[in-house]
Formats: sequence, C-alpha cells, structure tokens
Amino acid sequence: MTQHRKLARWLIVLAALHCVIVAAGFFAPYSPIEQDRDRPYLPPMRVHIIDAHGHFPFRPFFYPLRLRENSFDQYEEDPATAVPLRFFVHGASYRLLGVVPSHLHLFGAANARIYLLGTDAYGRDQLSRILFGGQVSLLAGLLGAGVTLLLGALIGLAAGYYGDWRDDLLMRAAELFLALPWLYLLFALRAFLPLAVSPLEAFLLVVVVIGMVGWARPARLVRGVVLSVKERDFVRAARGFGASDLYLLRRHILPETSSVLLTQAAILVPQFVLAEMTLSFLGLGVPEPVSSWGNLLASLQQYSVLVSYWWMYLPALAIIPFFLGYLGLASALQERSSPYKIDEKSSWTLS
Amino acid sequence: MRYLFRRTLHALFLLFGVSLLTFLFSALTPGNYFDEMRLNPQISPETIAALRAQYQLDRPLPIRYIHWLNAVAHGQLGFSFAYNSPVGPLLWSRARNTLLLTITATLLAWLLALPLGVWSAAKFGRAPDRILSWTTAALMVVPDLVLALGLLILAVRTGWFPTGGLVSLSFDALSPLQKLRDLASHMALPVTALVLAALPMLVRHVRASVAEVLEAPFLRAALGHGISHRKLLYSYALRAAANPLISLFGFSVGTLLSGSLLVEVIMSWPGLGPLLLEAILARDFYVVIGGVLLSMIFLVGGNLFADLLLYWADPRIRTAASAK
Repeated sequence: MTQHRKLARWLIVLAALHCVIVAAGFFAPYSPIEQDRDRPYLPPMRVHIIDAHGHFPFRPFFYPLRLRENSFDQYEEDPATAVPLRFFVHGASYRLLGVVPSHLHLFGAANARIYLLGTDAYGRDQLSRILFGGQVSLLAGLLGAGVTLLLGALIGLAAGYYGDWRDDLLMRAAELFLALPWLYLLFALRAFLPLAVSPLEAFLLVVVVIGMVGWARPARLVRGVVLSVKERDFVRAARGFGASDLYLLRRHILPETSSVLLTQAAILVPQFVLAEMTLSFLGLGVPEPVSSWGNLLASLQQYSVLVSYWWMYLPALAIIPFFLGYLGLASALQERSSPYKIDEKSSWTLS
Repeated sequence: MRYLFRRTLHALFLLFGVSLLTFLFSALTPGNYFDEMRLNPQISPETIAALRAQYQLDRPLPIRYIHWLNAVAHGQLGFSFAYNSPVGPLLWSRARNTLLLTITATLLAWLLALPLGVWSAAKFGRAPDRILSWTTAALMVVPDLVLALGLLILAVRTGWFPTGGLVSLSFDALSPLQKLRDLASHMALPVTALVLAALPMLVRHVRASVAEVLEAPFLRAALGHGISHRKLLYSYALRAAANPLISLFGFSVGTLLSGSLLVEVIMSWPGLGPLLLEAILARDFYVVIGGVLLSMIFLVGGNLFADLLLYWADPRIRTAASAK
C-alpha cells in the first residue's frame, strides 16, 4: 500500500514538472529568441508586495532596472515607477505542444519587461530560455533512453533466448561498453560524427549518440531475466504446444522483463538529460540560437561571465528537481519489484 | 598467479576491443582534418593528396589499423595532425595531470567513504544514519556538471582558491614546500568537485554491505567475546564486507575518470579533457583514439589493482585460484 502511494507520489511530482516544461510557452513570459539589445546581462528582478512607502497595493509589482549613475554595467531599481505584474496576459505567440497556436502567458507586464531570472548577453529572457531549453534537454533524454532500452531489450532478448555463441559475443561486447568510462565513450562517438550541423540534426545526433552509449546494462539485466524465464514451466508448456520463438518472446518473455526495463528507464532518463547537458555545454551538442540546459551554461566558460553574472548559473539548477523526481521514482520502482529486500545498491551511475 | 594471469588476459582483450571499436568508428567519420584545407584556395589538391599519403589516410582501413597497432607496440599512438607531433608524448604530458587528479580524488573519496559508511551502518536507522542518508541523497541529485560549476562560481566570488591551471605563474621561483602548497591549492577545487560527486554512491554502498555483514552470527559471537566495537567494525566487519566494495573500487575509477574529463574542462585543468575536446573539434582523430585508449588503460589498471586487492583480502579467491 505505502509502496503504491510512494510510487504515485513520485509520478505526480514528475508529471507536474514535465507539464511545466511541455507548456513552456505558457509559463515563459517571452519568446526564447527575442532579444532586448538594450539590456544585456540584466540581473534578476525582484517582485515586491509592499512598496517603498509601506503601502500594500493588492497586486505584486516590480521596479524596472536602470543603470546606476557613473556606471555602465551596474543596475539599480527605479523606485519612482512601480509596474504591476499582470497575470494571463497576451504576448508573444507560440504553439502549445508544437500544434495549438496561442499567445496567452501566465504573467507579464504592460509597459516594461520583466526578467525574473535576468537576461543573457543578447538581452534574452533567462526564464523563457530555461523553460524552452528544458524541452530540448528532456526530449533528448527521453528519446535517448527510449533508443537505449530498445537496443538493450533486443540485444538482451537475443543473447538470453538464443544463447550459445550469440550470447558470448553480445555479452563480451556489452562488457566492452560497460568498461569504458562513459564520458570518454560519449566523446569518442561524438568525435566521429559531423560537427557543423543544423540544430535539428545536432539534436538527432545527440539522441543517437546518447542512445548508443548505455545499452549494455539494460541488455545484461534483460538477458538475466530471459535466462530464468525461459526455463519456467509456462514457457516450456507453451513451447510444447508448438508456440513459435517470436510468439514466446512477445507473449511470455518480454512482459517478464517489464519491471527491469521500467526501473532502468527511471535511472537512465536523468542520466541522459545530463549527458545532453554535458555535450551541449562543451559545444558538441545542440547549438545556438536554440536553447538547451547545456548550451545555456556554455557562457560560463568565459571568466568574465563567471565573475560578474552569477545568474547565468541558474539554468544548471533546473535539472535538480528532475533528478530528484527520477531518483525517487527509480527507488520506488525498485522497492516494488523486490518488496522483501530493499536494494540500496541501486547503481546510480552509468560506468 | 593463474588468477592474475587470467585477469590480465581479460584486460588485454578489453583494450584490443576498444581500439578496434574506436578505429571502426573513425572509419565511418564523414570528413577529416584535411577537409578544412580543401576550402583554402592557396593549398593545391596535390598538396592535400600528398599530406593524406604521408599520414596514410589514403590506405584501406585494415592496413591503417595494423600500422597503428604496430606503432602502439612501439609506444607511439599515431600522429596528431593539429600538433604535428606524435600522439604519445602529447597525451602523456596531459595524462599525468589527469592521473594526479583522479588518483588523489579516488583515494580521498574512499578515505572519506569508508569511515562514513561504517559509522552509518553501525548507527543503522538512528539519527546519525538518517542525517547521513539525507546528505548523500541531497548530493546525489546534484549532477557533477552543476556541482563543478557551482564550486567554480563560489571560488571566483570568494577568491579562496585559484581557478584554473595546474600551478601559479611564479611556480618556478618557489621553494619546494611552497611548490607543494601551490599545487595543492590549485588541486583543491577540482578534487573537491570530483570527491563530492563520487562520495554519495560510495558511502551508500559501504553502508549497505557493512550493514548486511553486521547481522552475521560471527560478529555477535565476537561481540560476546568482548572485542571492542571499533575493532569489530573496522577489522572484522569491514573485512567481511570487502568483496563487493573492492569490485566497486574498480568501478569508481571509471566514474572518476569520466568526471575528471568534465571537471578538467570546466576548471581549465591541463589534463586529457581539454585536449580531447580540442581534438574532437579539430577532427584530430588519432588523438581522440589515443585518449580513449589511454583512459581504458587507466581503468584496466584500476581494475587490476582491485583484483590484486581482492586476492589479498578474500581468502576464498586465493584458495579457489590455487585449487585449480
């Protein structure tokens, strides 16, 4: 009972997090590529409830930032003009889920622009870029995990079911992939693929590269399950009745591997999101102007940004709730699949 | 001895497999280092063809592979196009720094993880264990990229640690003791990032395996004999729990090597990471292959060391090996 509740809790948390990213257009006040050239590297603005005179205007508001006197990069609040924050405003148009056209935004302001998390070098809103970047990073992670699990399940089924030399060959290959430090493997795979490509191609490349890195562990786990399942009585009985290999695999063996695959999915997705971040951070992934959690951080490789503009670090923190959610989900799934022994040795890293 | 021989053979097989794999991938590469030159009208096609011939890029793949294997056997790892020098020395000077970082981080992480894990297992389910579990869980949800960047920002803003580089500019003028201090202060940041990233997993494993052993009857008996708690925990329980942990040690080397690749780039530590990144961007693929192979050699080294430890620590393996 409590296990179910735990699982449900983590699923709800994750669903909520993903909804925010999917509906990025609604939650983001501006378009992620809209530039405000007059305000590069604007620090995050503060939302106030009580104004300078101690009044309470019933509506959250903010003060637009202006340059401090005798300074060219120091901003201060302008207490003369309080701009009220408006909710459910019309703004830049976007497509929800890539289909439904809309221009409704959760919040915005009438005469001034609000940058809750500051702006980047081109004056683009960080919050919007983080939300839209999440779409790229999460999709890369989910698709990558899908590719990996498909590969892993196929290879594991083949190795476990057919056995013999096929098993030996595939498992030696799996050992090879397991043994390599995964970032080196990622680098090596990426190194041998084209560099200068369009954002969409780059995204697909990243998915393929990430997807090919991690198949070994799920393959081994699936193989283990298959080895024990194929000797079970119901499988033998089905075979005795003349069931074909394909039927046995599909009907009796694949369903038995589902809990292993689910747990692996919960472990792999956040790792692959991180892998995408790492590649894009290093300039090997999704390029500008499309934002992803990784390339948002790339500017931190410049010392001047590191010293002066701490809010450029904020995109890094976006992944933490997702890590937490998936970690919780993975451990809940593990508890469910082995209720008598809580496996604390869950391997949380790829290598 | 046979046991070790078998493990070494296995390691060699892995190395061979990795080299073959990376070479195959490199053959599938669209474009190479000299493609950029084609765009330059001042370089004639003949020159490029001559260069390709000089580096044997015009030969078929198996021949290139055999040539390369031959070079590896002579201690060279091919030729870097971008640096115009053999890959071996180039990699080696960088690999030293990576090793320095990785070995220090590995030792430090284990030195911290063992007592913390044992302590946590001894207090299983009580307040200290709970607090430690929460701390490790919190550290676990902070990925290494986020952690390293955060530490870097902290260092830049507080100015406590130098950021970037191996040593200060005035390094040559310092006395030996100052040199050591200078190096240590430069290492502090990357090592902290690596240790913090690896620690939670290690602590959890140590805790789990020690907690499992603590329920064993022989420990109750030892307790009944009046053996002190500390001796019980560190000398008896830890030794009995050592087997899975030593296997984990080999694993942790791989994790730390990966982590160090990223941390080096972030903190501009002159190790393999930045070199490899440059090589990828310049399509300098012998350097990439060499780097991957080198990382594999380190990993295999770490695993062999773990095997040796296991042989020394676990009498079952010794007797199994000599019985054969």
